[in-house]
Amino acid sequence: MKIVVLVKEVPDSYGERKLNLTTGLADREASEKVLDEITGRAVEAAVSYAESADEVEIALLSMGPESAESTLRKTLAMGGDSAHHVVDEALLGADLTLTAQVLAAAVQKIGFDLVIAGDASSDGAGGLLPAMVAEQLGVAHATSLDSLQISAEAVTGERAGYGGTVSVQAQLPAVVSVTERLPDPRFPGFKGIMQAKKKPLETYSLADLGVDASADVPRSIMLSVSQTPARTAGEKITDEGDAGKRLAEYLIEKKVV
Amino acid sequence: MAEQNVLVFLPVLPSGELVGSAAGLLGAAAQLGTPVGVLVAGAGQGQAAAQAAGELGAAKVYLTENDDAPTTLTAPALEAVAAAWEATDPEAVLVPNDIDGRDIAARLAVRTSSAVAADAVGVHRDAEGVVAEHSVYGSAFTTESAPTHGALIITLREGAVEARAEAAQPEVITLDAAQPKSAAAVITGFAENVEASSRPDLRSAKIVVSGGRGLGSKEGFGLAEQLADALGAGLGASRAAVDAGYAPYSLQVGQTGVSVAPDLYIALGISGAVQHQAGMQTAKTIVAINKDPEAPIFDIADFGIVGDAFEVVPQLIETIKAKAQ
Repeated sequence: MKIVVLVKEVPDSYGERKLNLTTGLADREASEKVLDEITGRAVEAAVSYAESADEVEIALLSMGPESAESTLRKTLAMGGDSAHHVVDEALLGADLTLTAQVLAAAVQKIGFDLVIAGDASSDGAGGLLPAMVAEQLGVAHATSLDSLQISAEAVTGERAGYGGTVSVQAQLPAVVSVTERLPDPRFPGFKGIMQAKKKPLETYSLADLGVDASADVPRSIMLSVSQTPARTAGEKITDEGDAGKRLAEYLIEKKVV
Repeated sequence: MAEQNVLVFLPVLPSGELVGSAAGLLGAAAQLGTPVGVLVAGAGQGQAAAQAAGELGAAKVYLTENDDAPTTLTAPALEAVAAAWEATDPEAVLVPNDIDGRDIAARLAVRTSSAVAADAVGVHRDAEGVVAEHSVYGSAFTTESAPTHGALIITLREGAVEARAEAAQPEVITLDAAQPKSAAAVITGFAENVEASSRPDLRSAKIVVSGGRGLGSKEGFGLAEQLADALGAGLGASRAAVDAGYAPYSLQVGQTGVSVAPDLYIALGISGAVQHQAGMQTAKTIVAINKDPEAPIFDIADFGIVGDAFEVVPQLIETIKAKAQ
């Protein structure tokens, strides 16, 4: 079985993140770039299955600037057999539709039985990409899974639905995405890091994938970007036995309770 | 020019009620054009759900009733929205930014080759057409997006839009359940939530009370529950409290978890790391109670109390109850 894991490099959400106020694009200099936390769980799901089953091959795929290569190497150190990096200047500021098209084309080229992704990235946070890739590939999706079992023929899991929990099953080939409920990723050991250096890492341009970023199809464009005025601290008191009363008065005066 | 159609996917709960996000979705749609609801309901539930959608502003409803519980994931709703798309040639499609809504938007966007606006917090119209408003990086930035051409498919953050549409007497058009056009996962089971909670949904609640690690234990977290119930508020938790097992993951507010934008957010024993702020800093009024005077939550709180929540909160509840009588 061949599993492709979608890997995303993001600005560290534990630090300050900025958009460039002229271009509207992420200010890459402003933040530390890290592997998205949820990607770690997706990789872990693939690697732990590979340890329990025979002949499982894991390919790690990322679309992103040059810097994404080091993030891919880090995920290779967790496990996985090969890394695949789509990098092309024409992808700067790519919208979701183009990104899904590119990733699906790369997944096709790599070959797959199962695609695993995080449910939503910590920067874009749209949570749309996995199902968009599934539609592009013409396969089933099972997204936002809080649990995941993989077998040679199918994936099963549970996810939140309207008013309850839904159990789902998808025959392979399929695309799944996982939530924070999945197990923490492992820390790559020294051995893993050394091995990762020798594992193949291929790069692809849009031409390699046969995708035309300038095709005349509807795109989402950014019209404006502005910085939200920072919230400022208001009144701050130290409890001297009457803080509960004073808070009640404040809330009643503001008519919020 | 006649008003443009705006399709709105309105999820129906197993009980037959519309989900809480319906009012905001229809309110947003009415800001753009004529709200046209798309409903997939259980047998015998459709007409009541369609009337409920009308009360919230749907001028027209495309209704599919399933005889049995759905057996395929996303497909019944996706095909219903796709059929309504064919019939109405919409200028925009609004779906809730929840798990099912995202799947529908994702597949519809690829299938119709349309631009998509994810996690919008508002919509409006300019001279060129539909514009979606976004709040990015935990609302540190505000952006606007629009399609170059064609319809815009929008996932709308729950609780973000306050506008409400005027009630309408909806024209109800019944659609037959369509066969899935894409490969789909099957639903093998459904466990209805048993929580007998009468608390409002966290995402759409006007008031949210959240508890953090500072409450010290699962029992201590009960303080947040008490205050939530006294105020008729939704209940939330910080990631630290969830990780410590004080509260279930479904209550987690923050960068990972739920984003909320209530009128009032009360943080009890929450230090307010950047990750937590990302999920709540658009609340209109923020109140924080924490023992640590240096807690970052105080930097964004409109009213901060350095003190012990276990002493402040009971007094707060008592005072509010006394005033209410």
